[in-house]
Amino acid sequence: MSQHVDLREVSRPDRTSLVHLANENLMPLPEPLENPAKDRPWTLLSEQTKAKYECGLDDTCAVNIPQPKNREEEETLVAKFLSGLDKLFTKENNWTFLQPLLLTMEHCTGCQTCAEACHIFEASGRNELYRPTFRSEVMRRLYFKYVKHGGLLSAWQHGAIRLNWPLVARLIELSYRCNLCRRCAQTCPIGCDNGLVAHELRKLFSQEMGIAAKEIHDNGSMLQLKVGSSTGMNAEVVKDNIAFIDEDISEKTGIEVRTPWDVEGADVLLIHNAGEIMAWPENPGAFALILTLAGVNWTMSSELAAYDSINYGLWYDDAQFARVALKHIEAARKLKVNRIVLGECGHAHKALCVVADRILTGDSNIPRQSSLPLLRDIVMNGKIKFDPSRNDFPVTLHDPCNMVRLMGVVEPQREIVRKLCPQFREMEPHGVNNYCCGGGSGFAIMSGNNFADWRFHISGRKKVQQILDVFSDCIGPETSKYLCAPCSNCKGQFRDMFAYYDLWEQNRILYGGLVELIVNAIAEVKPGFIEWEWH
Amino acid sequence: MPAALYVAVYSGLLLFLAGCLRRIREYARTPLHLRWELYPVPHEEPSRVAHGGSYFESGQWWLSPQALHHRREWATMFQEIAFLKALREYNRRLWLPSFLFHFGLYLAIGATFLVAVASGAVVLIPSTGPPRLAQALGPVGRWLGYGAGALILAGAILLLLGRISDRELKNYTKPADIFNLLFFISTLALLTAGLLRGDLRGASLAAIARGAFRFDRSVNIGGVFATGLIFASALAAYIPFTHMSHFIAKYFTYHAVRWDDRRNERGGAIEGKVAEYLSYKPTWAAAHVGADGKRSWAEIATTNPAREGKK
Repeated sequence: MSQHVDLREVSRPDRTSLVHLANENLMPLPEPLENPAKDRPWTLLSEQTKAKYECGLDDTCAVNIPQPKNREEEETLVAKFLSGLDKLFTKENNWTFLQPLLLTMEHCTGCQTCAEACHIFEASGRNELYRPTFRSEVMRRLYFKYVKHGGLLSAWQHGAIRLNWPLVARLIELSYRCNLCRRCAQTCPIGCDNGLVAHELRKLFSQEMGIAAKEIHDNGSMLQLKVGSSTGMNAEVVKDNIAFIDEDISEKTGIEVRTPWDVEGADVLLIHNAGEIMAWPENPGAFALILTLAGVNWTMSSELAAYDSINYGLWYDDAQFARVALKHIEAARKLKVNRIVLGECGHAHKALCVVADRILTGDSNIPRQSSLPLLRDIVMNGKIKFDPSRNDFPVTLHDPCNMVRLMGVVEPQREIVRKLCPQFREMEPHGVNNYCCGGGSGFAIMSGNNFADWRFHISGRKKVQQILDVFSDCIGPETSKYLCAPCSNCKGQFRDMFAYYDLWEQNRILYGGLVELIVNAIAEVKPGFIEWEWH
Repeated sequence: MPAALYVAVYSGLLLFLAGCLRRIREYARTPLHLRWELYPVPHEEPSRVAHGGSYFESGQWWLSPQALHHRREWATMFQEIAFLKALREYNRRLWLPSFLFHFGLYLAIGATFLVAVASGAVVLIPSTGPPRLAQALGPVGRWLGYGAGALILAGAILLLLGRISDRELKNYTKPADIFNLLFFISTLALLTAGLLRGDLRGASLAAIARGAFRFDRSVNIGGVFATGLIFASALAAYIPFTHMSHFIAKYFTYHAVRWDDRRNERGGAIEGKVAEYLSYKPTWAAAHVGADGKRSWAEIATTNPAREGKK
């Protein structure tokens, strides 16, 4: 059942939620999760949280904005918001996205085509608050009123809005209810981009008001710039961990692997999402083994931030984004490598290969590429012998939005799984029309308060539906199934979401990367690289 | 026709052109943004367009020049403009009324063009003058005009009914949205009623246009049709100042954003522009940005707030 929320309620002065979320209102799931009554209950926000933070949007709280102490403080925050709003529309402050933002502000016809494409809106049971145009409409009205200084005529033309602190607080939270997957933008007949609106709002809050989700700012980009990685690992710790992984992989596969560090003049600088090193060590291990067997002249770098490809600034802050991108480039320049190759991390692909392209001038413009075409070429060139029968189990492929819809790397991974996985099957829809895993834009690492409930019940719900559908012919626990997700962020979401819904224990659905499937099928490797154990 | 009517028609056209140019100028003068494309990008290699692939699928993409298949891009744009492809694919319910409305507008533009050519040629090149060219083009223009009127009217009425009846559009429908559709409906209704009343009084549309070219006040038309012309002129003047000017925006959203995958190459035009943007001095207030209005983007990007400003 859809819940209607009048747009004016966003300014409601009290701190109560605009909507309440209940399992029976959500999009139904297929077997074995078809019964909403048996679905996991929502954790309620604690009274302490509600008393301390701004939680007036829905039944969760992602950003933990402290409640202002008095009216003056509220007014100061609103003034800061207005100042930031103004800056979003000046070229000196926002040359990076001014043009698409202006076009989106000035030309939406309100046709709602985008809403039909949004997995969050659909999964929520068409909850008005999560309609992609809801937040955009609020911002659009603010733009015409405060940036274009519209009066009564403008309110008649573009809609009226009442600006107050509750509105700003709700807008902050609402900017963190979008995965930035931009599936909505792909369908817009005009070309407006509601994903961009969420991105620009996050930017305003971060760059002007210093407000961002702690997981992506303090514990994310700031930590990466401080110690080198958002995992908290410094260079020495990373080297130790990689040495341990090399040893483990060598023993497990029977092939000696040694990761090269800081090799000047190497052809390839490989940068992993450092989360792989900690959470899924078999992934960097598999990379090392494949590159070694293929004879690639490669290296990793121990420079600050250069052993962690993440760039959370992509989701919320242009300054942080540029700083991290430049750190990656700096390391490549120092080592005089020919190219940077990114491991299995979607947003790192998009950040360094695509979005950073127009901030890299002169000799900073070093070729950057996805690891997927490189892996495809290695798998296809015949140098390594494969035994696809080792992968003879149902396999499906998840398309990380940042690699596929937002970068156009669609086929290389498919060529690999078609060759190496006899039981490969596609989810529907797939490729550039895919659905986000639900962890995009930082959600996969955000679990404060009860936010995890929201990202499993709502933002990840469409993907759960797709996965259960694609394995519907073998959904029982007697068949082990593999969801290939060549992206750390997506894997983080799958790990948490599968555990939440018990999909490993009850249905034997395992998630993992692409390189694990490749190594599992290498003839000269000891059989059983994929261990079919929960991790 | 009274001089005031001519003034209205010419003012409407001039304001339309001025408004459109202003918008084009506004968007064209914004800085080149960071890459933000969405796939599929139709000017990619044909083998990749089908699955939405990009040059990033190549092993070493930087070793070959970027291939841009512009003909395919324009063909895709033609399908979008003529048949509203995206709407047909993703919002079938809205497609039919919207298609009728937009196709009617294209016919109206076509009809106006034909009538203007017929009458303009008569004025500028009298030897071609009536009866030959006007006789050839005039009736075609007239029937196109009738078709256009019927389609626009039908489309606008259906769109209006949709706006009013669809509860999901409530939050996103402003008074101006209803007014805009009513504006179209009343304009078309006046012109149609004028035609049905015989307001042209035997004159052809080409003859009226010819009168407009010559400011010929002896052309005699009825009040209803004349009011319809004034409405049409006002509507033309109004459109560029509303979101209905999305025919301009669409060029930018598609070609300059969604499909803009041009690489930044060393020594190229993009690099030159970026160098200029990196010298801009932002004023963002959050402490971690470190923007004081004196430091440039380039300087800010090379500082590290987590290490107390060390580079």
